[in-house]
Amino acid sequence: MTKTIETRIDRRFAALKAQGRAGLVTFVTAGDPDLETSKAILAGLPKAGADVIELGMPFSDPMADGPAIQASSLRALKAGHTMRDTLDMVREFRKTDNETPIVLMGYYNPIYVYPAEKFLDDAASAGVDGLIVVDVPPEADDELCLPAVERGLNFVRLATPTTDDKRLKTVLKNTSGFLYYVSITGITGSGSADPADVQLQVARLKRATTLPVAVGFGVRTPDQARAIAEGADAVVVGSALVRSIEDSLTQDGRATGNTAASVLSLVEGLSAALRA
Amino acid sequence: MASKDQKTTEAKANSLRAGPDDTGFFGMFGGRFVAETLMPLILDLETAYTTAKNDPAFQADLKDLLLHYGGRPSPLYFAERLTEHYRAEAKKAGKPGGAKIYFKRDELNHTGSHKINNCLGQIQLARRMGKTRIIAETGAGQHGVAVATVCARFGLPCEIYMGATDVARQSPNVARMHMLGAKVNPVTSGAGTLKDAMNEALRDWVTNVRDTYYLIGTAAGPHPYPAMVRDFQAIIGEETRAQMLEREGRLPDTLVACIGGGSNAIGLFHPFLDDESVKIYGVEAGGHGLDVENGHAASMNGGRPGVLHGNRTYLLQDKEGQILEGHSISAGLDYPGVGPEHSWLRDSGRVNYVSITDQEALTAFQLSAKLEGIIPALEPSHALGWVTKLAPTLPEDNLLVMNMCGRGDKDVFAVAGYLGIKL
Repeated sequence: MTKTIETRIDRRFAALKAQGRAGLVTFVTAGDPDLETSKAILAGLPKAGADVIELGMPFSDPMADGPAIQASSLRALKAGHTMRDTLDMVREFRKTDNETPIVLMGYYNPIYVYPAEKFLDDAASAGVDGLIVVDVPPEADDELCLPAVERGLNFVRLATPTTDDKRLKTVLKNTSGFLYYVSITGITGSGSADPADVQLQVARLKRATTLPVAVGFGVRTPDQARAIAEGADAVVVGSALVRSIEDSLTQDGRATGNTAASVLSLVEGLSAALRA
Repeated sequence: MASKDQKTTEAKANSLRAGPDDTGFFGMFGGRFVAETLMPLILDLETAYTTAKNDPAFQADLKDLLLHYGGRPSPLYFAERLTEHYRAEAKKAGKPGGAKIYFKRDELNHTGSHKINNCLGQIQLARRMGKTRIIAETGAGQHGVAVATVCARFGLPCEIYMGATDVARQSPNVARMHMLGAKVNPVTSGAGTLKDAMNEALRDWVTNVRDTYYLIGTAAGPHPYPAMVRDFQAIIGEETRAQMLEREGRLPDTLVACIGGGSNAIGLFHPFLDDESVKIYGVEAGGHGLDVENGHAASMNGGRPGVLHGNRTYLLQDKEGQILEGHSISAGLDYPGVGPEHSWLRDSGRVNYVSITDQEALTAFQLSAKLEGIIPALEPSHALGWVTKLAPTLPEDNLLVMNMCGRGDKDVFAVAGYLGIKL
């Protein structure tokens, strides 16, 4: 495993371990449904109980995502959201919160055309802690992962039910921060995994790495979060949160006074379940 | 099939036919940019394909299917009246000349296009791998029909993803897929065209990883698809080479093929890449014109490099790296990317990539119908649009081969509509 600088992610997982509980990782898409509302959601997440924030970088063709996150990405793009806006959101967040880790999640093309090296510089200086780039596998570590690690960013990789022990070694090689276990074969927001099966899989991953393991895909409710958290270091919730944004909008897709509040109250409920 | 020919060429230093490298790159293009869930599947596929390619039994089975089921070899036809037409045009312009036009008649294959070449290869591979369910994307529906056909032939269930816009404009092919027993899933995300269909097929594959084989129809996507599809389509160029040698005693001087993802083109071009005397043209869909933003599908003439659908290649995209939908009258060319080997051949200068507008393609469509009695698909009508510009400027001894990669049955109602023909 690559030796990395201690990041906010490392410190947060150490703190969670000391508290003896699993963390809550929340995903929302930057700029959804508009920049101002999205900033308000981001600012409210730590108080609502998010331990780690995943912020989606909108992309026109999110191939690994289900309808909820596809729609959230398109809402942000329709509102004119750019990669610079995403980085500005992080920079602004950091003015008042220097503790909560932020992981940017998305697809390679918007990073590639930014271009990549400049993106990594700007992300690091904005206060981003880690990256998840869905379509850049370990085989392409030279072009994004290693330059990210050089700049002190964690490169978080996904392990999936198709990742056998041999493949896991490749996946773990340059992974840092945490390992994200995708609990089902499928897209975000689809079926839910059997918690017992997830526990077995997480135990298998933990035999191969000392990194914290976060489990995601198909986790919607506080009860599911609590069940999945058994044996894992964190639970990721995404589609359920962006769905609540969608549900709060007016018919023509505008934010309402209830948009930020509905997401944050969902986060509060999930967080309470993990702290109980 | 290609193996003997390839071995001799690969031995040559600096061959343009040696790619991709071990990691699936043609220069900077190609690669394997997919989600981790799919990586083990892609790696398995690569191993299975490499083994099959070198297995004489696999090649013999495929050869037999191509001959007796696919209807190969397809004829190399001298288009006499078109040749006369272009020579008359040249004379009118005061510059005597006009190339000798041949059509490689892949529209005569079973299912009506070159797509069957690749489908027969990949279905054999899927069966070898023990896969029991087939999925595919389709634009014009030619690939969807070919997939549905081979699935019917080998008794495998199949689901085809097709953009809702394309379902509407290519309804004869939708009917054919249904009759062949395929399930057609209209895709409404995005503009409902080929790129969106490919996204949806990838989402299916990432969900059904154990039993499902994704039968990609063009020479794009993650490694090994671009190389594998090219290998299965290279029979077009191999036959052309042998047929032209027999007919004219020498190699052709000029090759022309249309480019969406680019499978028919790479199939024709690849066996000739190391023959420096052969000039090669790939014809992209110019739609309403290259100067119309988001109004064309010419990714190499009007796009820039990026990463989509598993490979790095030229893409239609905005300055933020968001993918544009593009536009073409032809559903088969309406794709914002292109196979990575074409991107590499573009940058290396070996192949000239040009574009033809909707209107120019429609004119060429009518020319072929009226002068040769061949109703072409809208896709090769783009290739013929370029031939219409190029042929009169070439000398009379220039041997030009255009790949007539699909027949126009699927397009007749749409074209009648464009031309205002009352039926």
